[in-house]
Parts: sequence; structure tokens; C-alpha cells
Amino acid sequence: MTYIWVGMLVLSVICGALTGRMEGVSAAAMGECIKAVELSITLLGSLCLWGGVMNIAEKSGLTEKISGWFYPLVGRLFSGVRRDSPAFAAISMNLMANLLGLGNAATPLGLTAMRELDRQNGERESASDDMITFVVLNTASLQLIPTTAATLRLKAGSQNPMEIITCVWLCSVLALAAGLLVNRALRGATRPRGTKSAARRIAKGGSRP
Amino acid sequence: MTAYVVPLLLCAFALYGISQKVPVFDAFMEGAGENAKVILRVLPSLVGLMTAVGMFKASGALDLLQAGLAPVASLLQIPREIIPLALLRPISGSGAMVIFQDVLQSFGPDSYIGRVASVLMGSTETTFYTLAVYYGVTHVKKTRHTLPSALSADLAGFVCSALLVRLFFGAAG
Repeated sequence: MTYIWVGMLVLSVICGALTGRMEGVSAAAMGECIKAVELSITLLGSLCLWGGVMNIAEKSGLTEKISGWFYPLVGRLFSGVRRDSPAFAAISMNLMANLLGLGNAATPLGLTAMRELDRQNGERESASDDMITFVVLNTASLQLIPTTAATLRLKAGSQNPMEIITCVWLCSVLALAAGLLVNRALRGATRPRGTKSAARRIAKGGSRP
Repeated sequence: MTAYVVPLLLCAFALYGISQKVPVFDAFMEGAGENAKVILRVLPSLVGLMTAVGMFKASGALDLLQAGLAPVASLLQIPREIIPLALLRPISGSGAMVIFQDVLQSFGPDSYIGRVASVLMGSTETTFYTLAVYYGVTHVKKTRHTLPSALSADLAGFVCSALLVRLFFGAAG
């Protein structure tokens, strides 16, 4: 992330100088942080709302039921997450919110899942395989009904705003498959030294620490 | 139809809670309070990322990238009118939304380009934002191969959106 961040900053200054748009770059440099605060206040509201709702679901045993539905999928994708762990429940709820197209709910639930995965990872500096899989899952847009795109199409006078739905499904699945494939392929190459043998031990069915 | 989803979901959760004899409102307050603290951990990465993305967008770097990528796009059979949208989609949700509306206005939602743009918007996410926010709440400093994997998904999404629209609707219009 460090290199990308620095790269973007340096490129902006170079391109801004070349295209003579330094005014705009400067305005963005000073103004975007305010937008970030606005965005996080928006996020704060939905974080509270869905945190509350999820606590109800958890206390009433609903979370448990929903994770059961997702077990075949989630259990396969996340090898290090146990069925009865809080991380598993949070991942399942996040997937449900994504599928229902509840972007506002999916993010808070995703953050809960990330914190649980972080705890499971021993709060280490290096992301665990399951964290990466989970983030990739959330960067591919998995939803049953592409509400936003369809609404904007309707507004622009489309004859049939929903005609794209099959394409969107197929495209999401293919994109996600590509992401997961690359994820699998790079997993071994980026694993921090010293943890490989431990991972292999777990894969062989050895005891978990 | 979609207006029903959230209200009904909230009702269903609350009613199920009561049926299981859960003190629903107390449980709600407890959960909401716990999540309120999370925001302070997200804010730093959000400020950092949005500043860089904002400067990048304002600098005209995207126009230069677009010119450079035109041959690659034509090789992958992505219409050149889609390139700005495809470039902006992973880094800025609101920016992509503006361009998407612009594409729908100028080419029509039921044209080839309008459909490709729609599928692209429906099947991809704001990758950088997701990364910043999700890793923001953890102790992770090395995200390993998260970005390459997520960007591969985006690239596959761009190529497939053009491909699938051609398959389903043809390239006319």
C-alpha cells in the first residue's frame, strides 16, 4: 500500500505540472480530507444501526441459522475459519447483506468480520490468507439485483432497465473467479517466511494452536 | 420492490428477537455502541486514500493513462468510450457514478456502450476504498497479494462485461 500511495502522490504532482492543473491538485490535497470525514460520519450512522441489528440477530440465534445456510460456500473458501467462530458468523452475515444489495449493511458487517479475522490472525502485521480472500470477495460486487445501475438506467430512459441482470451475474461470478484464482496462485509467493510449515501442519489435519 | 427490503428486514429481526425473548432494544444499543468505536480506526486510512485519489483525479493523470491504454483496450475489445469509466471504477465510487450517468446520457442506456457500462457498474466495486476501510480496522500493515488479486477481478470484470454484452445483445447500436 505504501508504494501505491506514494506513487499516486508523485504521479499527481508530475501530471498536474504537465497538464497545468496544479490548482485542482492543490485543492484536492487540502479538501479531500474533509470529504473523508463526511464519509466516515455517514459510515458511523450505518455502523451503529447495523451493529445494533446484528446484536439482536446474534442474541436471538438468527445469526447461527444464517451461517448454517452459507456453510457450504464459506467453509470451502475460508479454510482457517471454524464453523462456530464469531468470524464465520460475521462473514456469513456480510455475504447475505451483499447478496441482498444492502451496501450500507454489508460494510459494517464486513468490518466486524475483519476484526474477528484480525484477532484470529493474532493481530499480526501481515494479512492472513482468509483476510485476503474475504477482501477480494467484497471488492467483487456480489448482488442478486443490481439496484443502482438499474435505477440510473431507468432515469436515463431505458426501455428495459433490468435486461442486463443475467450479464451482471455472469460477469460478477467470472470476475470473482479470476480474483480468487490469482489469490490462490500468489498465496505461496507472498506468505511471510516461517509460517509455511505451520500452515502445512494445519492443512494435514494437525492440531490447531 | 427494493424499497421493502430494509424495512422488512429490520421488522423481521426485531420480531424474531422478541419471539426468542431477547430484550431487543437493549441488545440494539449494546451492538450499536460497540460499532461506534470502530470509526476512529477507519478514518486515518480513509483520509490518506481519499487525498491521494482526489489529487490523482484532479491532476489529469487519468487522461494520460487513457491515451496510453487505448491500444490495449482495443486488443481486449473493450470499447474506447468505456476506458475512463473502467479506470475510475476501482478508485472512486462517486467519480465512476458521474461518468456512468454521462455515458448513459450521451450514448443511451440501451446502446451497446450503455449496456457495457451498466454491466461494468453492476458487477464491480470501488476496490481501493474497500481495501482501505477493511484493512483500516485491523492491525495489518502488509496486505500481501490483496491488491493484485482484487485488481485481476476488476480487469476480468471489464473484459467480461464487453464480451457478455456482445454475446447477449450483439455489438450493434
